[in-house]
Amino acid sequence: MGRYALRRAGTAAGTAVFVLVVNFFLFRLLPGDPIGLITRGRNMDADQIRALRAQLNKPIWQQFLDYASNPFSTGVDSVKYSRPVWGLIGERVGPTLLLVGTATVIATAVGLWIGIRAGWRPGQGFDRGSTAVTLLLYAMPEFWLGMLLLIAFGTGIGPLPALFPIGGISTPGVDTSTPAGWLDVGRHLVLPATTIVLGYVAEYSLIMRASLVDEVHADYVTTARAKGLKDVEVRRRHALRNAMLPTSSLVLLNIGFVVSGAITVETVFSWPGLGLLTYDALRGPDIPLLQALFLLFSLSVIAVNLVADLLYGVIDPRVRT
Amino acid sequence: MSADAGPGTGAAAGTQRTGRQDARTLARARRRAALRRAVRDLLRKPGGVAGLAILGFFVVLALLAPLLFPAETLEVTRTTQPKLASPYAGYPFGTDRYGISVLALVAWGARISLLVGISATIISMVLGTLVGIASGHFRNLLGAVLERLTDWFLVIPFLPLVIVLATVLGSSILNVVVVIGITSWPATARLVRAQTLSIEARPYVERSRALGAGEWHLMTRHVLPNVMPLVLANTTLTVAVAIASETTLSFLGLGDPFAVSWGKILDDAFGAGAITAGAWWYLVPPGVCVVLVVLAFTLLGRALEEVLDPRRRSA
Repeated sequence: MGRYALRRAGTAAGTAVFVLVVNFFLFRLLPGDPIGLITRGRNMDADQIRALRAQLNKPIWQQFLDYASNPFSTGVDSVKYSRPVWGLIGERVGPTLLLVGTATVIATAVGLWIGIRAGWRPGQGFDRGSTAVTLLLYAMPEFWLGMLLLIAFGTGIGPLPALFPIGGISTPGVDTSTPAGWLDVGRHLVLPATTIVLGYVAEYSLIMRASLVDEVHADYVTTARAKGLKDVEVRRRHALRNAMLPTSSLVLLNIGFVVSGAITVETVFSWPGLGLLTYDALRGPDIPLLQALFLLFSLSVIAVNLVADLLYGVIDPRVRT
Repeated sequence: MSADAGPGTGAAAGTQRTGRQDARTLARARRRAALRRAVRDLLRKPGGVAGLAILGFFVVLALLAPLLFPAETLEVTRTTQPKLASPYAGYPFGTDRYGISVLALVAWGARISLLVGISATIISMVLGTLVGIASGHFRNLLGAVLERLTDWFLVIPFLPLVIVLATVLGSSILNVVVVIGITSWPATARLVRAQTLSIEARPYVERSRALGAGEWHLMTRHVLPNVMPLVLANTTLTVAVAIASETTLSFLGLGDPFAVSWGKILDDAFGAGAITAGAWWYLVPPGVCVVLVVLAFTLLGRALEEVLDPRRRSA
């Protein structure tokens, strides 16, 4: 296990360096005067501009080393907010984790339940129905689904009253540290979380179904049945143990992507998280902020992947070769 | 075949050529038969037929859009209709923020969405196949570097990368195509690489290598024909992803501001406050089109996978 962990960590470190390289050089490709892009619309005196230019006049490899040695530098200001980018990002992490965390837990539970029921008896009523619905959900752009939910339950259509707030994380003026405030946040959470859940339930149930279908006719399942075990026991103690492996790896790997995938959903629901911040940053475009966000999204995916790989090594010793 | 043929003498050259032609005709006939069988199998799958039918409808819609809705009807300055009006006679999907028929917008949107989706997929498929075959075939530094590159691109979160690239390159149709194309190839490359490794382990490839076949011959004559079915099935699935990506990019305001795509219509609707106005007719039609087309490509891709993948065919 030690050597496996070490090798995985090495791969993750290599990927992180690649991300730093991409993040540094990509933004150097932007046309125009870099000073203008960095300072757009902000007042700076000649000395400050001269200092910036001195930095940019260094050899490119030295600039890269400067950047790579301290990518989380607090000295970088957002163009739009005129504040250090990492401070801005720090404030937005909480709401995103709340939204994505809630949605992931529900999506995993519901997705696995549907996938198991459908995959255990492939071709039957439940399987056909759920596969049709999940394929349909899978084809929907998340933000469009979100807008439909908003117009139906937020604005209210015809006989439908407006059941949920149309945006934000809490009603202005409500203290979110009291139980009444939590309830308010919960009400705001329902529609955006449902949108993300519907999108990922489709993916998880399709994968769970596919891996269970592979196991249904395996010899060891027949053996278990021949031993006279009950159907539920064959499923839970034999088939599922193997079928869960690919699914759990997918769920773990996806966590990193769900965070960045929430960009459009947070935009539709004005949820004050990292996604909405990204939308604000690219409307500018606010290059320093966008650069920091890209770094954060990529590094979090790499970190989650590493954790997923290590956990997978624990669950399934066969991969540790 | 050429590498398999020994150095012929002058007298033998004639027979050799006819022999080669025979082999070619045979191969061609075999391929035609395989294609016929694949088409027949595909038409037996309800998913495949449904996918083809939906796609046929949208292709016809895209081609006929200029005839059904002349370009003038999309001009903001020429319209005389009320703004954000709910459906009425002649305007079954109502009007948009400028008073233009949403039906006309959706029909024209089919052109851009399909065009972008298919062109981006071509870039992605060519890149993915090239990198996949090369990284599977060359067991040296080049192969290792390409494999690493594929892994890296797979790990970088798709949407942020697309956003960053689109911001850096600027918004035009061509750039949207390029951005989606160069971010969606790694999954194909990995699939093709795995298939390449399995093909190169087969005895006939070893035989060909022993007879002196070069790298190029091996890759183009033995590996490529065998990965093509896989690539074809994957292409249909990639178009679905590409169209969905185009929609997302346009919604985020990163698409071509002058090209009407389904994502652009949704972005306009969102920006015009269609949600608070309750203007569902502005939001529903473009979204339904995206869902139908993505679903059609997904169904067709799944059906193709089953038809073309020999392992599944026997099952």
